[in-house]
Amino acid sequence: MPHTSKPKVATCSLAGCFGCHMSLLDIDARILQLAEIVEFDRSPINDYKEFQGHCRVGLIEGGCCNEENVHVLRDFRKHCDVLVSVGECAIMGGIPAMRNTIDLKECLDEAYLNGPSVYNPGGRVPDDPEIPLLLNKVYCAHEVVKIDYHLPGCPPSADTIWEALVALLSDNPVSLPYELVKYD
Amino acid sequence: MTDSFTINVDGRDIQATKGQTILEAAEAAGIYIPRLCHHPELKPHGSCRICTVIANGRSCTSCTQPAEPDMEVQNNHPQVEMWRKQLIEMLFVEGNHFCPFCEKSGGCELQALGYRHGLTATQHPHLFPRREIDATHPDIMVDHNRCVLCGRCVRASRDVDGKRVFQFVERGPEKRVAVNSDAKLSRTDVDLTDKAVGVCPVGAILPKRQGYVAPVGAREFDHTPIGTSVEGGNGSLEV
Repeated sequence: MPHTSKPKVATCSLAGCFGCHMSLLDIDARILQLAEIVEFDRSPINDYKEFQGHCRVGLIEGGCCNEENVHVLRDFRKHCDVLVSVGECAIMGGIPAMRNTIDLKECLDEAYLNGPSVYNPGGRVPDDPEIPLLLNKVYCAHEVVKIDYHLPGCPPSADTIWEALVALLSDNPVSLPYELVKYD
Repeated sequence: MTDSFTINVDGRDIQATKGQTILEAAEAAGIYIPRLCHHPELKPHGSCRICTVIANGRSCTSCTQPAEPDMEVQNNHPQVEMWRKQLIEMLFVEGNHFCPFCEKSGGCELQALGYRHGLTATQHPHLFPRREIDATHPDIMVDHNRCVLCGRCVRASRDVDGKRVFQFVERGPEKRVAVNSDAKLSRTDVDLTDKAVGVCPVGAILPKRQGYVAPVGAREFDHTPIGTSVEGGNGSLEV
């Protein structure tokens, strides 16, 4: 049952691997405490596909590798007071951004036409209109919208996410000890 | 006649001796000046600029600038800290530094400088340059994606190993480390025990088959910031 008085939190995974969401769930028993103090809006955790209302905090996992990622990220910016980049992919593109050193066409050709294990007799690169168009490169979240906080890590530890969430939900600035800020 | 004199770092008088650089004098007094291209066993290079301080009102690289009597040095100074943060950021965006899967992560000096300076994201866009990997040598690999052009390998190979395996080629944004005029590493006389292989501050020159030996939590900079050992903490940092 929705409790409208609770602050809302929304999360999404763009060009990410869901590892950061796994880390969020890794807060273990504290997730009961989290459920006490917040209500989850749009998130893969409750499978809400659209925003139900305005949110206090939005957690962004992953950067933008296609046009749908950009659309979702802009929607999050519109609906969230505070937007947080969670993890290396949101912060600098991460593993998906390894393709940024290579032309998009060269990447697609290698993946669908020329790769040593490719079987594609039609010689067609997937182009169904249902598939979001790939961007020329992978963009980090703060190249697309304004991001208020960055939580590095691959993934950021559960303690890092917890400490940041608790601070933001109690209107305090996020200040993390040395051991909770890591890039891997 | 005494060669000892006093310099002042951030309001604290410390002893320096003739011939010492600012960085060396500060370090002897337990003051850490962040640095990257500097290595105590190699000739100062002054190229990364991270050890920049303000000495007698002028900015200079403390690894090359000799200490002088009554010198006033600003090290932990907002302006200097801002310069350093910008320099560290630029080193990150100029190369391809993917910390999540790098074998050097946790022991990388560039990463550790980022941690020490509270860097969580870069303001500058990443350049994502296309760089080569040289895995031809049986025991050593060179990943140019991670190279920060500190020149430690160049100096160590020339001055300590006496081999001149590594050198700089090209200029400006094209500048890179090359081996024996662009032949691959396997065709050089580099050896796993060479100083040049061990001094790389990042994961650009790595011994093969030794990746990820230390688990997360047991690596050099997991719990203590770079420079802790200089500052008298309980860190295990060796610079």
